[in-house]
Amino acid sequence: MRIEIEIERGCPEEGIETHRERFRVEVPRHVTVLDTLIQIKDELDGSLTFRRSCRSAICGSCAMRINGRSGLACDTQVESELRRFGRVVVQPLAQMPVTKDLAVEMSPFWKRVRAVKPWVTGEGAEEPAWPVARESLMDQIHVEEMDDASRCIMCMACFSACEVATVDERFLGPAALAKAYRFVADPRDAERTERLTALNGSGGYWDCTRCNQCVEACPKDVKPMEAIVNLRRDAIRAGLTDTIGSRHITEFIAIVHQEGRLNEGRMPLKMKPNPLDLAKVMPLALRMLQKGKLPLPYHPPIPRVREVRRIIDRKKGST
Amino acid sequence: MSLKYAYYTGCAAKGVCPELHESTLAVAKALGVELVELTASSCCGAGVIGELEHDTQLAMNARNLAQAEHLGLDMMTVCGTCQGVLSRAHKELSDTATRERINEVIADAGGIYLGRATPKHLLWMLIQDVGLARLEQRVVRPLKGLKVGPFYGCYILRPSDYLSFDDPYNPKSLEQVIRALGAEPVDYSGRTKCCGFPIVLEQEQNAMRMVGTNLLEAQDKGADCLVTPCPLCHMNLDIYQGRAEKEMQRPIGMPILHLPQLVGLALGLRPAALGLQRNMVDTSPVIAQFA
Repeated sequence: MRIEIEIERGCPEEGIETHRERFRVEVPRHVTVLDTLIQIKDELDGSLTFRRSCRSAICGSCAMRINGRSGLACDTQVESELRRFGRVVVQPLAQMPVTKDLAVEMSPFWKRVRAVKPWVTGEGAEEPAWPVARESLMDQIHVEEMDDASRCIMCMACFSACEVATVDERFLGPAALAKAYRFVADPRDAERTERLTALNGSGGYWDCTRCNQCVEACPKDVKPMEAIVNLRRDAIRAGLTDTIGSRHITEFIAIVHQEGRLNEGRMPLKMKPNPLDLAKVMPLALRMLQKGKLPLPYHPPIPRVREVRRIIDRKKGST
Repeated sequence: MSLKYAYYTGCAAKGVCPELHESTLAVAKALGVELVELTASSCCGAGVIGELEHDTQLAMNARNLAQAEHLGLDMMTVCGTCQGVLSRAHKELSDTATRERINEVIADAGGIYLGRATPKHLLWMLIQDVGLARLEQRVVRPLKGLKVGPFYGCYILRPSDYLSFDDPYNPKSLEQVIRALGAEPVDYSGRTKCCGFPIVLEQEQNAMRMVGTNLLEAQDKGADCLVTPCPLCHMNLDIYQGRAEKEMQRPIGMPILHLPQLVGLALGLRPAALGLQRNMVDTSPVIAQFA
């Protein structure tokens, strides 16, 4: 089939500004975006630049934005893109500066991955004598807990898709935090609490907006956001509860326990605000009151609220 | 054809967004859709309870779905977040072992759930059950010339494994409804983005940047107003819009309508019956054209 593909190109080093070029090529029906790019480079323009290696969704080299979606060019078919969007537009990954065309400068990504100490620490990490005297065995349940996060191929698609990374460069992002969880969940690791503590502040797991963009983008079903949620859970269970994020969850549960539903009018008061913060929200609260949008601080519980309380109480404190 | 649903309000429609409840009832009545409100239903957990206690959230939703099942009805939601959480619960509870585990939790808390009630958002109901052609027939006040930016919100689109109604990267349902009402959908990238509501307490500045970026993009593309199927998006885009204006250092003034408010306008319902006076950002520029 004859198709048209639009490619965003540019090279700051050579002073070539970002622009789009269209290429028309004759390709086999089930061709991938990557094979199309390789064909264009071979036949039409040898200067077209992009990263690729395995062509089999194993190495993670060819991540880019295809019709706005961050993913691997090697596991995306041109035909399905045409069916979904009626066009194929290819751009470099977001959040990182372009080196040339579709190749980006990866250091912002690796800086974040390195920041979470992506290796096993402690006794389990020591260089074993050779031949190995004993294996470091772990239960199946531990393997399952870190199985999703272990699948990451560091392709950067999730980081490119991350909505918080787009507005806040301090955020470590989905891949790095999923990697952190992989070691938090590793029973051999000696620094579990230290890891949870280190990521408890700004830029860490509480900054995720749970938009699921990373879950949707990941070509290996790592579900980075689920790993971030697990870090939050593990932090609270480890006693790291002096954060807004932690209080938000526990107070949310407390309000639902009491009323059966979330009373948004009570949540801000439950967050231990200082008087200055309260003064700041007063004008907004008054306007909401005028509009009939401010829920009363104490709402009558739903009918049969006892059933909800029983569900919450039963699981409270369990693992 | 008479349509009847177990109506799951969720928390926002019963609290901070009463106009969503009002407009839902008004639109259902105008379309001849019968709603049986699940008054004893609880919060869905919003993904927040599930962060700490997965099975607690799942059990609460098994209990919610069981209430619809007892009525022999499918469940209609009006909140994108509720829909996302309930769709996930519905899928998880389709596994027999999981359902049995959760039924042990809810056996003495509202009875067991057999897995027979399907949660369905009002948006999906309009397209699948009412049908776009029938909706169009009911329009008495076509919203001609109105440019509407669809704002889907995350949980009605992602993760698509649990939802499978719209393409998460190129959804069409809101656009279809907007067109059926006689208005014109605005194409902008923010339509599938996050409103930032989940981090408004933790990282307000980031949340306001998300609100501001999405609203300004829609405005630049010519939107007169935005419509959203999620009241949590509505809260962030509407209630906090003033703060987003400060963060972006630009006035925005973008009216944000709940989905049934927009539908209701086209069906000829009175603005007051749709609670349009409750929206924080003035909706009168939209109303003035049609009411």
